[in-house]
Amino acid sequence: MVLPALVMFTVFGVVPLVGVLVLSFTQWDGLGPINPAGVSNWQAALKDPGLYHALWVTFEIMILSWLVQTPMSLLLGVFLAGRQRYRAFLAVLFFIPLLLSSTAIAITYKALLDPNFGLGPGLHLELLTKDWLGDAKLAIAVIIFIVSWQFIPFHSLIYQGGVRQIPTSMYEAAAIDGAGRVRQFFSITVPQLKYTIITSSTLMVVGSLTFFDLIFVLTAGGPGDSTRVLALLMYQQGFQANQMGLASVIAVVIVLLGLVLALLLRRLGGSLTTSQMEGM
Amino acid sequence: MAVVTSETRATTARPAGGGGGVPVGRKLLRMNWLGGTAGWVWLLIVMVPLYWVVVTSFKAQSVYYLHNPLSLPTDPTLDNYRLVIESDFPRFFLNSVIVAAGTVIPAGAIAFMAAYAIVRGAGSRFLALTNGLFLMGLAIPLQATIIPVYLLIIKMQLYDSLLALMLPSIAFAIPLSVLVLTNFIRDVPKELFESMRVDGATEWGMLRTLALPLTRPALVTVGIYNGLAVWNGFLLPLILTQSPDKRTLPLGLWTFQGQYSVNVPAVLASVVLSTLPIVILYAIGRRQLLSGLTAGFSK
Repeated sequence: MVLPALVMFTVFGVVPLVGVLVLSFTQWDGLGPINPAGVSNWQAALKDPGLYHALWVTFEIMILSWLVQTPMSLLLGVFLAGRQRYRAFLAVLFFIPLLLSSTAIAITYKALLDPNFGLGPGLHLELLTKDWLGDAKLAIAVIIFIVSWQFIPFHSLIYQGGVRQIPTSMYEAAAIDGAGRVRQFFSITVPQLKYTIITSSTLMVVGSLTFFDLIFVLTAGGPGDSTRVLALLMYQQGFQANQMGLASVIAVVIVLLGLVLALLLRRLGGSLTTSQMEGM
Repeated sequence: MAVVTSETRATTARPAGGGGGVPVGRKLLRMNWLGGTAGWVWLLIVMVPLYWVVVTSFKAQSVYYLHNPLSLPTDPTLDNYRLVIESDFPRFFLNSVIVAAGTVIPAGAIAFMAAYAIVRGAGSRFLALTNGLFLMGLAIPLQATIIPVYLLIIKMQLYDSLLALMLPSIAFAIPLSVLVLTNFIRDVPKELFESMRVDGATEWGMLRTLALPLTRPALVTVGIYNGLAVWNGFLLPLILTQSPDKRTLPLGLWTFQGQYSVNVPAVLASVVLSTLPIVILYAIGRRQLLSGLTAGFSK
């Protein structure tokens, strides 16, 4: 009974995973024959400053979007954990962005942020009237904003579930000991959510490696190469420059990066929980 | 799932007066002004762009540049929607429906069988390894394997077909689906299986008459999650198809936007139309959709 799933996953999951490593040692234009190329792709890719730049942009977006999303999701998660009806209603509305495709979101924001006809000029708001996608720094900021807009609700829901699992007695005990609300938040809520924080961070970090649709539609990597993340570089090398070998090298880098980050975060989780246990 | 159960618990545990008898923890959640501010500000951040999209999609192109972008249309028009519907949009819509159904149903079926086998065959080395393989699939950004998938699809002579979109989508859906379903089937009491086996039921029989009905909520959850991923998927259609009549909605949206970039209201009407089915689904099955989106994470 396990066979159909195993076969499907092997053919379209495991084989391509091995295949991408094999292809990184070949030369292929996407149409013609595939020829072995030794380590030439790797040499070319590792010498290319474009790869390091894409790596840098990927990390920049990963870290900044984590920094924006985590505190906000935590705050909203604690808020949404309250049982009031209006909070449940807010949660329903918060979720709508998650239903939209990244393509739809990118198209919407492209129009919304248009320096001539967007929301800013329409409302005559100086502050919102900028060439948002034409400036390297602003474009990165816009991407981080949109990613947060799209995914903070999702992470808030994860935190909401986590907060609701914290026993009320812990807060009661803390209140008897005279701990204020802020103190309670940092000494009970945050430590109790350690697992949740790690799960949510893993999803954010590994997920950020696959922000392809949004950036492709929004900026196509521009202005210049300032928002060209690894996934986009892979696509451009492979399907626009027809160098599948080089693109495969980048794909291998993405896979390795994902694995290393997931393992690192898991290890962080393990050591944190053991130290937490020791403290008790 | 955790969300649903805790919400039902909330209705029974809600304090009556809200006065002195409220537990301190609840009070903490109740009067969190910082969280409250964040909540309302976030509502504004979420709703303004959405409101703008809907309002603008009913404005004529000629008025779009003139009026306050957040004002309601003075004379609302359906012209933008007509333009979208008279383009290739219905075709894209149909394609998306076909690909979503052609992914969600087989993926659910084979993941369910696999999950059943993994739970019932606990102790088998082969099944443990298989499960490990699926779990590994969760940690890897599978989109990075797109180039070999492209090669495979060409070799199978499936390039530029809807089947080319379904097969990899089914495979990519397996890891999380199996994880969620095994967690669910594991909760079925072993005694039930035992008593059915004593009565002479086969494994297939038990799968159909015992596990399937008990796992239905999880199957719906998994189906919604996979369906949403496929409905909104962009990379696979971009790479594995080329003819306009094979486009699914996100790719169609993108090309439509390229053609009508000056007609912002029409572009936004296409955004609304492509999202409408999901919003309707959300309105109907909110709880299951939410648990589907956080499946396996909110422990």
